[in-house]
Amino acid sequence: MIVRELELDLDAFEGPFDLLLTLVLKDELDLVEIDVAAIVLAFLERLAEREALDLDACGEFLVLISALLELKARGLFPEEAAELAELEPEAAAEELARRLAEYRRMKEAAAWLRERLEVEGDRYFRMGPAPLAPRVEPQLAPHDPARLAAAMRVLATPPPEVSLAHMALRFPPVTQFLERFRSVLRRRSRFDFDQEVAELSRIEQAVAFLALLELRRGGEIAIDQAAPFAPIRISRTDVEREDSWTLRSA
Amino acid sequence: MDAPLRLIAANPLDQLAKTVEALLVVASAPLTAAELAEAAADDPERVEAALGLVGERYREGRSGIVLEHVAGGWAFRASRDAADACARMIEKPAQRNLSQAALETLAIVAYLGPCTRPDVTRIRGVAADSAVASLLERGLISEAGRDDEAGGAIRYRTTPVFERVFGLESLSQLPRLDDLGADVDEIRDRLNAVAEKRTA
Repeated sequence: MIVRELELDLDAFEGPFDLLLTLVLKDELDLVEIDVAAIVLAFLERLAEREALDLDACGEFLVLISALLELKARGLFPEEAAELAELEPEAAAEELARRLAEYRRMKEAAAWLRERLEVEGDRYFRMGPAPLAPRVEPQLAPHDPARLAAAMRVLATPPPEVSLAHMALRFPPVTQFLERFRSVLRRRSRFDFDQEVAELSRIEQAVAFLALLELRRGGEIAIDQAAPFAPIRISRTDVEREDSWTLRSA
Repeated sequence: MDAPLRLIAANPLDQLAKTVEALLVVASAPLTAAELAEAAADDPERVEAALGLVGERYREGRSGIVLEHVAGGWAFRASRDAADACARMIEKPAQRNLSQAALETLAIVAYLGPCTRPDVTRIRGVAADSAVASLLERGLISEAGRDDEAGGAIRYRTTPVFERVFGLESLSQLPRLDDLGADVDEIRDRLNAVAEKRTA
């Protein structure tokens, strides 16, 4: 008897034991879904079919199933495993006993329900959707028509026209900033873009940035930013060359 | 002329009993005495008395229709004598082929509810998703808000249909958990015995 070829027919899995193990190890099948007891039962049934006790198969099965059980236990109680580990052996046994007792009680409760179902199974009754209750007529308080007219008048008056003057966008020419940045760079070898345009409007800042890109394209400047949203540092490219030259000669 | 004179007065309670009877026939779910009183526009205590009359008339063995107190209210059902005939005519989808997993999940929800799927998984040691879905579909449990702590997991509780199917007047009719088998001491002793054997 080869344990790995044991055919399983579980709620969550159907196929050979070997495939189940493979799927579990590849994390393609959640062990939580697997009823380990059902695997043991399937194995015992196969074992019972044979006359001689297959010790090799039993040993192999025991190793596999216990590993599976440990994996499942860890998966079920990820945090509680750590909690239990911290407990004294006696306290851990106490906790385990409490959990087992809780499950046993629920099993007993389930058995009670099944029994009840059998006893009460010959009670037939009609079940349907809830009937519609009569609709409540809404009662309106008496109102003065003149008040309604006054309210309508307010709504009927056209609202004051909204001025769109501020919406007109005026784009300053890019060349203006090209000149400006070139003149700044004639005086200083490097400057901080954010500082330089801090006083300008949003639109002007956008155009100024376009000018920067233009200068960069022409190779006149180098743009440097340490991180996203960090200050943008602008420097003359010939300065950099000088710097590197100085360093190399030093 | 000597014949005894019998006054047949219209018994108002008898009249109320007829009204209650009628209301129970049109209802699709058990009705409480308060609901019956409201619909009958009568006093709840008199409705209780009228229910006594109706129950006397519709009882097992006397009538094919039986009045029962179930799921917190009053409802008509078929008499048990007619069960075989009923079975040939209709199915009972709510309780057909309830699996062991579904029954255990149902027990946990009935006793601990409202509770979440992780609660059920923790106790049963197996994921409860399919069992919960099956119980929802059968109408035996329903959603009851979300858990504030466990990541907002949906909580479930049993429905009046559950009480009706299992013939319970209310959830308090479930046996007390303490009376259900599990003996913590016994389990603890067995665990300790195993532990001692391993250290020996």
